[in-house]
Amino acid sequence: MSILLDRESRVIVQGITGKIARFHTKDMIEYGTNVVGGVVPGKGGETVEGVPVFNTVKEAVEATGANASLVFVPPPFAADSIMEAADAGIKYCVCITDGIPAQDMIRVKRYMYRYPKDKRMILTGPNCAGTISPGKALLGIMPGHIYLPGTVGIIGRSGTLGYEAAAQLKELGLGVSTSVGIGGDPINGSSFKDILEWFEKDPETEVIAMIGEIGGPQEAEAAEYIRDHVTKPVVAYVAGLTAPKGRTMGHAGAIISAFGESASEKVEILSAAGVTVAENPAVIGETIASVMKKNAA
Amino acid sequence: MDIHEYQAKEVLSNFGVTVPPGALAYSPEQAAYRARELGGDKWIVKAQVHAGGRGKAGGVKLCNSEAEIYEATENLFGKKLVTHQTGPEGKGIYRVYVEGAVPIAREIYLGFVLDRSSQRVMIVASSEGGMEIEEISAERPESIVRSTVEPAVGLQDFQAREIAFALGIEPALTQQMVRTLKGCYQAFSELDATMVEINPLVVTSDNRVIALDAKMTFDDNALFRHPQIAELRDKSQEDPREARAADRGLSYVGLEGNIGCIVNGAGLAMATMDTIKLAGGEPANFLDIGGGATPERVAKAFRLVMSDSNVQAVLVNIFAGINRCDWVAEGVVQALKEVQVDVPVVVRLAGTNVEEGQKILAQSGLPLIRASSLMEAAERAVGAWKNDLDQNTRVRAVK
Repeated sequence: MSILLDRESRVIVQGITGKIARFHTKDMIEYGTNVVGGVVPGKGGETVEGVPVFNTVKEAVEATGANASLVFVPPPFAADSIMEAADAGIKYCVCITDGIPAQDMIRVKRYMYRYPKDKRMILTGPNCAGTISPGKALLGIMPGHIYLPGTVGIIGRSGTLGYEAAAQLKELGLGVSTSVGIGGDPINGSSFKDILEWFEKDPETEVIAMIGEIGGPQEAEAAEYIRDHVTKPVVAYVAGLTAPKGRTMGHAGAIISAFGESASEKVEILSAAGVTVAENPAVIGETIASVMKKNAA
Repeated sequence: MDIHEYQAKEVLSNFGVTVPPGALAYSPEQAAYRARELGGDKWIVKAQVHAGGRGKAGGVKLCNSEAEIYEATENLFGKKLVTHQTGPEGKGIYRVYVEGAVPIAREIYLGFVLDRSSQRVMIVASSEGGMEIEEISAERPESIVRSTVEPAVGLQDFQAREIAFALGIEPALTQQMVRTLKGCYQAFSELDATMVEINPLVVTSDNRVIALDAKMTFDDNALFRHPQIAELRDKSQEDPREARAADRGLSYVGLEGNIGCIVNGAGLAMATMDTIKLAGGEPANFLDIGGGATPERVAKAFRLVMSDSNVQAVLVNIFAGINRCDWVAEGVVQALKEVQVDVPVVVRLAGTNVEEGQKILAQSGLPLIRASSLMEAAERAVGAWKNDLDQNTRVRAVK
């Protein structure tokens, strides 16, 4: 098992005719992802990397039975594309786009809540590297070969820092059940807590690794949830110990603007909830390995 | 993006918020003239800088005559105002705003923010105006009223009334409060603000509700659809290196240390800075060159990092995911041939084709220090910097 994404997922790519989207569509197909189509308004009838392009998500879903979507649409139009996916019955959507206005994301979240929970699309991102269930499927832009299949569930806000963690695990011979990028934006589709719920239920996931950073309340909310509801061991790393207050560090959401949002405060809150915190990014892999060893004993 | 107080007041007054009569000046003569035009016998002269805490820092003066205005303004112009929000280098004063004084009966704090927990716009208000919101939360938390806005329908009158009554505003002034709150929300949502703060919002002794100060921050990602707001950008208030980086599509934040960082990805960039600190050094900057580390971007990054005279060593940390390390290594080599770098450079590559990348670095003939792990890279950068200091020469290790 894995979460959110597996071999059965039928994937469409929104914005598939763009240069970067084409590149990653090819990469995903080579990895084994079941890409069944793409959507670009006005380009219905074309073919990209051997898959048909449709004008609307509804058409794509009808023709291909798609249930997952990857959004590569430029920032001014990305929110609209996510809502289109939600309305067409897509179950899981990953949005890669960086630079979506925050208030567009507020509207997206509000729109998604029109649907009852069992019919509501799950969104991860925007501004993320995507989701991978190693050996099964890849929905995003990460390099598939740095992930071994295994039992560590990863949730992270950052792309390349997540790669760093996966590469450290691979070096130690450890693999990943699913790695989910929740993205670096202030208003995102799913929080750490949302994904923790999935990993807690997944029988294949043995230990959960959270890679957080400065800014926002989601690490602290996750800590509370872990304390009360998560039985599996959780390891965390929080980037930005040296980040100054009040400055945006690359990601739109990486800014310390309130109490509890600095790296040291988050580390304290997570530790108090029973999470094992990796002291520095160079030992994320080792820390996960030692927690797994302890858990097995 | 931040804007000045006078600009925020103009924006908000277009949405029905009442502000005092005021005028902008670029010189002491002009400030005195503006006061005469405004009329009255008491004025406030306010330095226009992008930072809070101006009053305590001496950037706001009460004046009783044109001569006092001239003198106060002359003392402000060209100076750097250092407030608790500017950092030690301060922000240059090139514009002042002259306002007629109003008789204050009470001061209120009013803020609109993007609340990341509820994922909605939140109104934060307090009867303790004039204090910073951080101080209010620490000292008078019970005075704070919060309300979130349902995005589909916007701020409703009843919510605005609830806030007014909770603040103890006289019933006769409720309508003015409702107009002010709704005007701020409308400006926030229509113009893609991320913060609107009026501190203080005052009730005057003649029963008017007036925004005495105003601060607005806008979502950089939404400026494309608000050209009239984008035009309000004042580069004199930005760190010149950060502004230059932004113009080149790089994300840079200058810090106090002396180990320059060039990294791909925001999270990895922060993690690299943290590792430098753990290894006993101090990062000189945050710099995310983005996912694709092309030779042009790496060269731009080196120019930017080397423009900081505090930099005594550079650490390049690239995780090549979709790119390949050999390609990134070629970029680094090409960049170092173009850009004069006279401090030790440590390069750590990880990811796809790492061996080929290392080979290219080794065969380049450039005096690069190579590292394979993140910790090793940080230790070598700190070591190179210390070594550099000890010998007081530009030693560059060759391996």
